[in-house]
Parts: sequence; C-alpha cells; structure tokens
Amino acid sequence: MTTQSEATNHKTISKDMRIGLFIPCYIDMMFPEVGIATLQLLERLGLNVSYPLNQTCCGQPMSNSGDEVNSAPAEHLFVENFKEYDFIIGPAGSCVKQVRCHFDTIDQTDEVKHIRQHTYELVEFLHDILQVDSFPWAEFQHSVAIHNSCSSIRGLGIAKPSEIMGVPFDKTANLLSKVKGLVLVPVDRPDDCCGFGGTFCVTDEAVSARMGLEKAHDHLRHGAEYVVSPDMSCLMHQQGIARRVGLNLKYIHVAQVLNDGPF
Amino acid sequence: MDNANQVDPAKSAELFILHDQVHEPMHDRFLWATMQRRDAEAAAIPEWEELREIASKIKEHTLTHLDHYLEAFEANATKRGAHVHWALDAAEHNEIVFSILKDHGVEEMIKSKSMLQEECQMTPFLQSRGIKVIESDLGERIQQLDGQPPSHIVFPAIHKTRKDVAELFARSVGTDPNNDDPHFLTEVMRNNARPRFLAAGAGMTGGNFAVAETGTFMVCTNEGNADIGASVPPLHIASIGIEKLVPRVEDLGVFLRLLSRSAEGTPLTQYSSHFTGPRKGGELHIVLVDNGRSRRLGMPDFWHSLKCIRCGACMNTCPVYRRSGGLAYGATYSGPIGVILDPTFDEFKYSELPFHSTLCGSCTDVCPVKIDISDQIFKWRRVMAKKGYLPLAKRLSFAVSGHVLGHPEEYHAMEKVAEPAIDYAPHFLLYNRSLNPWGRDRELPQIVKQTFREWYLANRS
Repeated sequence: MTTQSEATNHKTISKDMRIGLFIPCYIDMMFPEVGIATLQLLERLGLNVSYPLNQTCCGQPMSNSGDEVNSAPAEHLFVENFKEYDFIIGPAGSCVKQVRCHFDTIDQTDEVKHIRQHTYELVEFLHDILQVDSFPWAEFQHSVAIHNSCSSIRGLGIAKPSEIMGVPFDKTANLLSKVKGLVLVPVDRPDDCCGFGGTFCVTDEAVSARMGLEKAHDHLRHGAEYVVSPDMSCLMHQQGIARRVGLNLKYIHVAQVLNDGPF
Repeated sequence: MDNANQVDPAKSAELFILHDQVHEPMHDRFLWATMQRRDAEAAAIPEWEELREIASKIKEHTLTHLDHYLEAFEANATKRGAHVHWALDAAEHNEIVFSILKDHGVEEMIKSKSMLQEECQMTPFLQSRGIKVIESDLGERIQQLDGQPPSHIVFPAIHKTRKDVAELFARSVGTDPNNDDPHFLTEVMRNNARPRFLAAGAGMTGGNFAVAETGTFMVCTNEGNADIGASVPPLHIASIGIEKLVPRVEDLGVFLRLLSRSAEGTPLTQYSSHFTGPRKGGELHIVLVDNGRSRRLGMPDFWHSLKCIRCGACMNTCPVYRRSGGLAYGATYSGPIGVILDPTFDEFKYSELPFHSTLCGSCTDVCPVKIDISDQIFKWRRVMAKKGYLPLAKRLSFAVSGHVLGHPEEYHAMEKVAEPAIDYAPHFLLYNRSLNPWGRDRELPQIVKQTFREWYLANRS
C-alpha cells in the first residue's frame, strides 16, 4: 500500500505547474459550493487550476466493497482524465485515499504510478506542499469542532491517530487556526469514526446511525456551532442525522472556511 | 444463494441497539473507558511504539521458523516431564483431551478461560461424553450458565449489565434477583466455584505464550482461577495454539509489557504464571493445536493475523464492535480480529463479517503486535467479491454503476435526465433505493439547482 510518506511531502511547486481539480461525484451533485470554494482558494493562491470535464467517480464505492472488477472502469477513466497534470487536488480525504492506496489492482503503468504519487487531499496540499501560512481574506466568527475523517487521519496522515503514541499534530487545525475569529473547540472522541463508511451507512444502517448520533452529541456538548471537515461525505451523514433529530449544528467543508465561502 | 448458514452481523447488531436504551450505551461506554486507560498506560511508556515493533518482529521471526521452535518447545517441555500432544484440528484436540480424561477416570473437570477451547467447541464435546465441565473465569462462568459463548475475548460477559447477572444467578444459583451489587455477585460465584475446584479430577488452561528454549508456557489471568485449577487437581491439561510460540524467556519481557496495557489498560495481569513441567506429584499434558493455523500461515495476505496475542484492544477501540456487541458476529472471535480470523474457518458462513466495518483503521493502529487488521478486512472484501458473496443488491448496482462511471457521456446524460438530482443520487451513491435505509435515521442532503460541473461550464470556460 502506498502511504503518505511515499507520496512524498517534500515536492516543490511552481506557479506554472498544471493543477487538476478532482471534484468527487457526490460533491459535484450535492455540494457544488465545496468545489467552488476549493477552485477559488487554489486560484487565490496563484495556481494554474483546471477541471477535467469528463470526471465521474474515483471508483471508491465498488473498490471499498472489494469489487475491483467493477471499480476498474472508473479508475481507468480517472487516470485518463488526470494523467497530464503535475498535481491532482481533491477536497475529499477518502476519495484521495482511494486513488493513492487502492488504485493497486489495475496495471501499474507509469501514468498510474504518477497519479497515485501526485494526488493530494486539499488540506495536506495546502499544509505540506504549499505551506500556506495565512488566509488574510478569511474570517469566521464561530466555534468550530473539527471532524478529520478516518481516511484522512489513518490513510493520509493528516493528524496523529489517538492510538499511536508520540507528539500530537493536526494539519486541519493548523490551517484553521490561521483564520481570524475562528475558535476551535475540543471534543471527547475526536478521531472515533462517525459511522459513514461509504456503503456501510446503508448496509449497516443501525450501527452507522448510532455512531453518527453520538458524534453529533459530542460536538453539541462542547458548544460547537459548526462542524468542519476535509471530508464532506462524513458530514453528509452527520448532517442528515442532526437534522432528523433537530440538533442545531451546521456542517461545512474546510475549503469553505479557508476561502471565506461560498457557504 | 442459500443464506441459512450465513451470519448477518448488521441485523444482529441492530437488534442489540434496538433491544433497549441500556445495553448498547453501557457496552460502548465501558469499552471506551478501557481504551482511555489503555491510551494513558501506553503514553506512560516512552518506547511504546518501539515495543510494538519489536513484538511484531519477534512474532514474524517465530512464525517464519515455526517448525524449529515447535520442535524445540516439545523437546524442552518433554525434558521437564510434560506430555506433549499434537492436534491437527479441533476434532483431534477434543479426542486427545477426552482420552486423557478417560484414562485418568475424570468425571468432572474445571477449566480457565481459553479461546482455543472455544474454537474447538470442546465443552459440548466433553459434556456429550458424560464429563462435567465447569468454567472458573467469572465472565466465562456467567456465559456458561446463560448458555451463550463469550462475546469478547477478554471480557466474555461484557454485553451484560449487573442486573442481567443478578437475574441469571437468581435463576441458576438461587440468589436474590434484586441484589446486583458486584461484590455480592462475585462472592456468590466464588463460593459456588470453590467446591468444584476440589471435586474436579482435572484442571484445564490455555496458554498465552509458549517459550521454545525452556518448554515453559505462561497463563495470564486476573482472578487466579487458572492457578487454582492447575494446582489443586492432580491433572493439568493445557491447550495451546501453535502460533503462541516465542523463542526465548526474555521475549516475555516485551509481550507482558504490551498485553495487559493493551487489553485492559493495566500494567500487568494480576497473575502471570509460568508452567514448566508438572508440579511434584502431578501430571501435565500440553496439546499443541493447528486447526487451520498452518494453512493460514500459507496465505500471503492473511498470515500476519497469526501474530495476535488475544488482547482484545482492537475490539475495545472498534466503533462498530462497541455498538454491536460481540454476539452479533456469530463466531468464536468477534470484533476486528474476528473479522479477519473467522473467514479462515468458513468463508461463506462469515462472508458478511468483512463488511461489518467502516475501515476506519483504528484496530491497526492500536494492535500491540502491529497486525494490519484494517487492510486485511479490505482484502477479505476482495476475496468475498471474487467468490460472488457480495449481497445481490450490491452486485447488481455495482455492475451498472461500474459501467456508467467509466463512461462520462452516459454519466453526464444521466445527470441531465434525472431531475431533481436527489432522485438518482442515492441510487448509485447508496445502492439500495428500494429499501432506502439512508432515510430511516437521516434526512437526505438538500437538493442543488446547479452541479459543480454546470457552474464550472458557466463560469470558467
């Protein structure tokens, strides 16, 4: 498996490099504002970004269910769409993990290898590659609980998992702490899975819903107004649960905060 | 496809959650608190991550030289006066144990906790042959009295409340059903067990570690029940899986530091007993059991699961296990370690287990011997998909969406035709529109007027 250390975090970037914008299917259809925020943010940072129009899905729902035969067409298409780009940036930890770690059953051509090594989740790209140290345009006068997804934490290394001993770090928190007015609130179980899990949320509905409900109560108990995540798919699930039971929590993507909208 | 023998963990977990408002939250809270203690204990050891690495290396080394260490163990244990037996599978293990008991005229036997004996279904086998078998571990005894298997490999009755136990003891021992004081209940069972230790013609234990260089094996407990069982009756039989080998006594210094911290968040088990040969006047039999282990050793993707020291940390940390209860897995081993072990015994029966996981990866990170549990769960899904064991709804929709997602013209045509977006989005994002389980506990995402792609076409090109 390719890990975050192999997709080296020591790459350098110049303004003329071509950045491919990877907008996962559910963001395209249900959360277009997250795609817009990501694009505008990367443009603000002076990058040459374009969005390949033939995108569909990275193949994750099939791949995560072990169905490599039916995930292969989506994976091949992804490679075709993005092979010309120097970096591929997606605002979705689990989809980036799919590309980096699980594009391993298709032929490992040079193009596939290039794509697996150069596809980044937005937060790690801003934090490790661009090393952005301020977001002067951003202001967010709210209390925020961070939800780093499991794929982002344990698949991409965006924060230290609580089970591993060592010095704590959280790249999402680092970026958000540079936003004027924003107050981060600690929670009891920061990296306990929220229960989305892709198709798990419907195949294991009862367990999934229970996990999501406890996550929402954890956020609410600590006074969060907003839950902010690099993974909108977890938030889609958490938001659905909070709305059903009438909990007053708002869910937005980290790109929307760092770009100051659209909300 | 015949589903008669296939376990359905999602359905069983749902029953556990819906049963009442008490059991599942208690189960989750207790195991979470155990994890908090584990984190604190691990954090107090600066070289924790190094210890995990060393433990993993020792196990990998031993497993890749297993023939050598097994023979050394047998020779050294025999030299110390133990009788060593080899069992190819569960049936052979049970026959060996039965014949030893029969040779000694044993009619009643007391045993401590052993997952291997559970795996071999030894107790029902012996009881069907007229031998009375009593569990001496409190949690196991509770489960035995209730006619249930253990739901957790370290805390067998963790899914039960104090009230459940009080009612069970009232039924089976005759105590006051309203007295659920833990001290009272423990004392009841202590007094109940004492005469059984004296009546038993044999004591059985498992073994946490078997040391090749000395022929010693270790049994780690908190109740001391294994020590009484091994010390009072004249005959001691220990069942040990062949993967329990470690080369040297000094290796125990690594594993004992990891075991109880990972299992319960305590520095050490109350009793960490070494058995080297029989005690004076006693007789010691060791049954070394394969039961599919050497086959697993030959599986490139799954042999690392043999490193397991049965601490249960992966179960305590697993958010799915905490909400499901161990009985939902319908197998000897539950939780993440069960998900990767059980299919090696029966792929079809346990084909749903790898899907009873969010693949969050916490199990891999907590494992004291660094088993790549989460990756193995993912790989088991691939095995199940190849064998055609994916649920039918998933198989059909994946075949359709697999094609559409590889063909952008069809995908975008579909996007245009279907209005509003929400009508088709759940269909291929969630794969089960007919049942629509998404909506049972959740609102659907709000409908958008314009997709990102449409916005991009209007604003950037």
